[in-house]
Amino acid sequence: QKVSVEVLDHLEHLALVDFRDTEGVERLQAAIQFADQLHEVNTDGVEPMDSVLEDRCLYLREDDVTEGNCTKELLENAREKVEEYFVAPPGNIPLPKLEERDTFLQGS
Amino acid sequence: QVSAALKEGRVTPTELCQQCLSLIKSTKFLNAYITIAEETALKQAEASEERYKRGQPLGVLDGIPIAVKDNFNTAGIETTCASNMLRGYISPYNATVVQKLLDQGAVLLGKTNLDEFAMGSGSTDGVFGPVRNPWSYSRQYKENSVPKSHSEDKESNWVITGGSSGGSAAAVSSFTCFAALGSDTGGSTRNPAAHCGVVGLKPTYGLISRHGLIPLVNSMDVPGILTRCVDDAAVVLGSLAGHDPKDSTTIQDNFKPFELPNLTDVSKLSIGIPKEYHAPGLSGEILALWSKAADLFRNAGAKVVEVSLPHTRYSIVCYHVLCTAEVASNMARFDGLEYGHRSEMNESTESMYAATRREGFNDVVRGRILSGNYFLLKQNYEKYFVKAQKVRRLIANDFVKVFRSGVDVLLTPTTLTDAAPYREFIKEDNRTRSAQNDILTQAANMAGLPAINVPTALSERGLPVGLQFIGRSFQEQQLLTVAKWFEKQVRFPMIQLEEVKKHDRDVFQHEKSASFS
Repeated sequence: QKVSVEVLDHLEHLALVDFRDTEGVERLQAAIQFADQLHEVNTDGVEPMDSVLEDRCLYLREDDVTEGNCTKELLENAREKVEEYFVAPPGNIPLPKLEERDTFLQGS
Repeated sequence: QVSAALKEGRVTPTELCQQCLSLIKSTKFLNAYITIAEETALKQAEASEERYKRGQPLGVLDGIPIAVKDNFNTAGIETTCASNMLRGYISPYNATVVQKLLDQGAVLLGKTNLDEFAMGSGSTDGVFGPVRNPWSYSRQYKENSVPKSHSEDKESNWVITGGSSGGSAAAVSSFTCFAALGSDTGGSTRNPAAHCGVVGLKPTYGLISRHGLIPLVNSMDVPGILTRCVDDAAVVLGSLAGHDPKDSTTIQDNFKPFELPNLTDVSKLSIGIPKEYHAPGLSGEILALWSKAADLFRNAGAKVVEVSLPHTRYSIVCYHVLCTAEVASNMARFDGLEYGHRSEMNESTESMYAATRREGFNDVVRGRILSGNYFLLKQNYEKYFVKAQKVRRLIANDFVKVFRSGVDVLLTPTTLTDAAPYREFIKEDNRTRSAQNDILTQAANMAGLPAINVPTALSERGLPVGLQFIGRSFQEQQLLTVAKWFEKQVRFPMIQLEEVKKHDRDVFQHEKSASFS
């Protein structure tokens, strides 16, 4: 089954990354086909494994401040900043819908 | 050996540093390094020299030139992950492993090249270009490779290093440093180690801190160690392992650095040969080598048994799903706001993010992010992501069963073939290549087990072939002891590099030939 254009568009929105061309979409199709091999394995009664260290307790430490105060260093790598803020363009403006966008997905 | 030389004053840290730096310059065509930290390296060497003069070196690693893969944060030095997304990013801090090496007095020569964001198995997909395997320029390869035609430019016959820590492997293999850090998520340290004829150690997950290692797959990444001999790997491991409060996935058990005994009696050892590792595509040469190695152990008195890890062939598929899913999450931090590339697009937050990521990531990275997001969609979550997690448990359990049956160490090939020529390698895309090349190394990451590549012999084409040992969790001492015994038996030949200026080579062969410990 091919992935529908709606799903492709949805993925681009979720990932904020574009397929760019048909090759990108084909790559996804191939990836899905490859992953489908998983269904050959019988996993009845098997619990999913998150981490190989699941038998150990997660390390917790005392809630004491041991480092910080590095505002200057952290801001150094940001391109746009004002005082101690990172500056972002206006939020809450959704990306244009598929019909309004200039993307190759329109044609498919 | 070189550490002893430093102690005895036969060579000084600054001389060593300068020789390495000039060798890096003369082997620039390998493209192993992205950034060379010449000034800071010399300063570190000078400080080390002072310490030796006072008779107070910090340890075996004091004054030893090392290189670090460019996905580890290094304070004040550009860290790019071979991606446009992080070009110009100067880390504000040192990764814990880098800090530990520096605290021991090691001299950081520079950052090595890799596949973009460590995604790949050839070190060919970074924005700074592919890394060339130093063995492409060895007399052994040249004598044994058959040029396709007289007019063929020798330049185009070079072979890849494997990946994704290709730069680190090439750096160690070409004598420009004595040890290098890589990372290993699916085989990224062991694969290039095998192709470049060096030792590549993947420690147990949780033994070495990942703080400062730009993550690919949080549940499988580990820092990897590349050296020219097993003893060196043990020394570096000794200085890196141990709990780190900054990485909650490091175990709290006390780690004691160890020296490797010179094993003479292997009769108490049980070596497992997993039959599924006789994978399709495994070259006849490597199969024969693997068999010879098994015989070596058997003839020396060890118990050699065939074992089965039935889910081996699914580990690549499982990895594919889990990796892309974790990548989709880990790459979300790159939005242009706090660090890295930022697009000029300023209309809205989302459009700026999208443009930044479109401009900053290459096809491979974008492809994995999109695939990962697909597998994580609500309608696919159970079918793919959770399913893969279940298969992961089956794979890990395979190993538990085998080790419980009395096997100490597993012996397998590391790669399916020797290093491919670059022009052959790029004929298939990154995902296909990764799926093909990670097949023998991936399962160890899935189960979090330690594994090591030991260079074994040269192929018919004159290129290195390595074999892999996989050990029990946190049993690095046993694993490395066996590896060291094996290394001694096979006596892998030294690379005969012709491009290196004659006098450099003499100096190197005389004083620094194989190891520093």
